[in-house]
Amino acid sequence: MRLHEYQAKQVFADAGVPTPASQLAETVDEAVDAAEDIGYPVAIKAQVHVGGRGKAGGIKLVESKEEAREAADAILGMDLKGYHVSKVLVEEAVDFVNELYVGVTMDRGEGKPVAMVSTKGGVNIEEVAEEDPDAIAREHIDPAFGMHPFQARKVVYEAGVDRDVANDVASVLTTLYQLWDDRDGADVEVNPLMITSDDEVIAADAVMNIDGDALFRQPELAEMGEEAAEGDELEQKADEYGFDYVRLSGNVGIIGNGAGLVMTTLDLVDYYGGKPANFLDVGGGAKADRIANALDMVFSDDNVDSVVFNIFGGITRGDEVAQGINQALEQFDEIPKPVVVRLAGTNAEEGMEILNEELVTVEYTLEDAVQRAVEFAQEVEA
Amino acid sequence: MSVLVDEDTRVVVQGITGGEGKFHTEQMLEYGTNVVAGAVPGRGGQEVAGVPVYDTVQQAAREEDANASVVFVPPAFAADACFEAMDAKGIDLVVAITEGVPTQDMARVYRKLQETDTYLVGPNCPGLITPGVAKLGILPGNIFSSGNVGLVSRSGTLTYQVVDNLTERGLGQSTAIGIGGDPIIGTDFIDALELFEADPDTHAVAMCGEIGGEDEEEAARYIGEHMDTPVAGFIAGRTAPPGKRMGHAGAIVSGSGTGTAESKISALEDNGVPVGDTPEEVADHIEDLL
Repeated sequence: MRLHEYQAKQVFADAGVPTPASQLAETVDEAVDAAEDIGYPVAIKAQVHVGGRGKAGGIKLVESKEEAREAADAILGMDLKGYHVSKVLVEEAVDFVNELYVGVTMDRGEGKPVAMVSTKGGVNIEEVAEEDPDAIAREHIDPAFGMHPFQARKVVYEAGVDRDVANDVASVLTTLYQLWDDRDGADVEVNPLMITSDDEVIAADAVMNIDGDALFRQPELAEMGEEAAEGDELEQKADEYGFDYVRLSGNVGIIGNGAGLVMTTLDLVDYYGGKPANFLDVGGGAKADRIANALDMVFSDDNVDSVVFNIFGGITRGDEVAQGINQALEQFDEIPKPVVVRLAGTNAEEGMEILNEELVTVEYTLEDAVQRAVEFAQEVEA
Repeated sequence: MSVLVDEDTRVVVQGITGGEGKFHTEQMLEYGTNVVAGAVPGRGGQEVAGVPVYDTVQQAAREEDANASVVFVPPAFAADACFEAMDAKGIDLVVAITEGVPTQDMARVYRKLQETDTYLVGPNCPGLITPGVAKLGILPGNIFSSGNVGLVSRSGTLTYQVVDNLTERGLGQSTAIGIGGDPIIGTDFIDALELFEADPDTHAVAMCGEIGGEDEEEAARYIGEHMDTPVAGFIAGRTAPPGKRMGHAGAIVSGSGTGTAESKISALEDNGVPVGDTPEEVADHIEDLL
C-alpha cells in the first residue's frame, strides 16, 4: 500500500526528517493562499501515484500569485497518466546544490533489508540501478540486530557523499530505517534528498510503501491508505469484494482460483491468440455468493466480450462453484456475455452435473476452455 | 522413497482448534498421515479429531515424538508459531500454510532458520505430499498418484493442474512440494531440487515458477551445474504487466523489469530445461525425459 507524498512527508517530518514547508490544497483558491503563505518560489505538485510526475506536467514551479493560480488551475482536475488529480501539495522550493538518493527496501533474494545511498539523486533510481549499478552503495541489515550506526556511516561514505554533510545524511538514513522497521515499510525512500549551499539536508520528495499484509498492526497508516486509494471503479469494487484483481486491456474476462493458475489462464488466452481483460482470483474455498460477485465484476467491464471460468478445486468445491454460477446467471433474461466453465478437482463431477448448460458452455480441459472463450471473443469482435 | 515426508513423519498441527486447522487435520488423517498431536496455547488436554492437544509444541514433540509441524495459525501469530516450532527439540520440518504473514516477520524467521537444521516450507503454500504415504497441508490427495516425478511449485492450484496432467497419463509423483508464493520463503527452488537430486526414486522433476524475484534464474544455474536428474519447467505470468501484484505477494515484475517470465524461461532453457507453453506440455516434456 502506497501513501501519497504529502502523507509520507508528514510521517517523515514527525520522525525528525527535515522537509520543506508545505500545505495541502484541494481547490485553486486554497493553493494560491498556501503559496502566498509560504512565499515564492513554490512548487505545486500533483498528489497521485505516478512516476515522472514532473515530465508529465504534474509539478510546476511558480514565482508569483498569478503563476500560482494558473498552475493550480491546470494541475487540479487534470488527468495524469490515467489518474485524476484532486489534491496538490504547495511546497517551498528549495535552492539546492546537490541531490542524493536515500532509501531502505527488502532484498527478497537475501531475505534481508538493504539500505541504499546514491549521489545520483533526483532521477529514476531504477534506471540508475540498471545503467550504472555501482553508483548506488548498498548495505544489508541483519534483521535480528537492526541497523548499527556504523552501517549508516559506511554506506553514506561508500556512496561518496561529502564529509561536511555525511553525518546529517546518515542521520536521515537511520530515521528511514527506523520508520521502515517500526511501520512495516516495504520501500521507504527520499529522492531527492537535497543538499543546500549551507550544507543543510532537506527531503524534497517522500516515498512510503507499506506491506499490505501488516496493515492490521498499523491502523494509522491503514487509514491514510484508504485516503490514498486510487484506481478505477472496477478495482475499487474488487477491493470491496475482497478479490485479487488486476485490470488489463483485452476482451477475454478471466476468473479462477489461485494466483498461479489464474496467471496461467491469462497466459493461455494470449497463447491461443486472445487478449486477457483481467486477472481475478476468487481465492481458496470460495462459496456460491463469492462466485456470483466475481461474475458480476467481470460482466461490468465493458471491454469484456467473453468469460472463461477455470476452477481447480482443492479447498474450493466444484458443486459450490457451479451453484454460484447458476445463481448469478439465472438473474439475467439474457446472458450478457458468453461464459465458458471448466471445473476440476474436488467435487468437479458433481459441479458439472449441477451446471445449467443452457446458460454456460462446459469444457473439460483448461486448454479447450480457453480456446473456446477466445473464439467467442473473436466472434464478437468480428 | 521420497523427500521430506515418509512413513516415519509424525505431525503436530499448530492451530488445530481453528476451523482450517481442524478441517485439514481430518483430511490429513483420512489420507493416512500420522497426525499425532495438536498445539494450541491454553487448550492442552483437549482432543480434536481424536488427536491430543498440548499447550506448547515442545510438549507435543516430547510426549508424542512429533518430528514435523504444520502451521495453521492466523497471520499475526504465524511467525511466532514458526519460531516455536524451530525451537522445539525433535521438530525438523515446519510447513507453514498461513497466507498473509507480514514480510518483515518472515525476514526474522528466515534469519533464525539459517542457524538451525530445520526445513521450513512456506508460508503461503499448500504444503507437501508423498502420494500414498502422507500429506502435510491442504493439497487434495485424490489427484496425486505414487511414482517417480518430483514436483516443486510456487503456486497451489497450478500444482494441482500439472499433477492432474501427469497423473492422467500415468506419471505418478515421488513427492510434490508447494514452496509458497511469498517474497521470503523457507525452502526455495534450489533447496527442493537438491533434495530431489539426492532421492534415487525421483527420476525427473517438474518445476513450476512464476514472475517475481530471481529464484527461478538461480535454480536454472543450479540445475545446469549440479543436477543429473532431468527437469522440465513452467513459468506463469507471461502476460503480467510490470508493477502489478498478481495475487501472490511475491508475484510482481518490478518497475525496472526484473522478475519477468521471459528472463526465467530463457535462464531455464539456457541450462537445458525444456519449458512448457501450457501445463499439458510440461507433462509432454516429463514423458520425454523419463
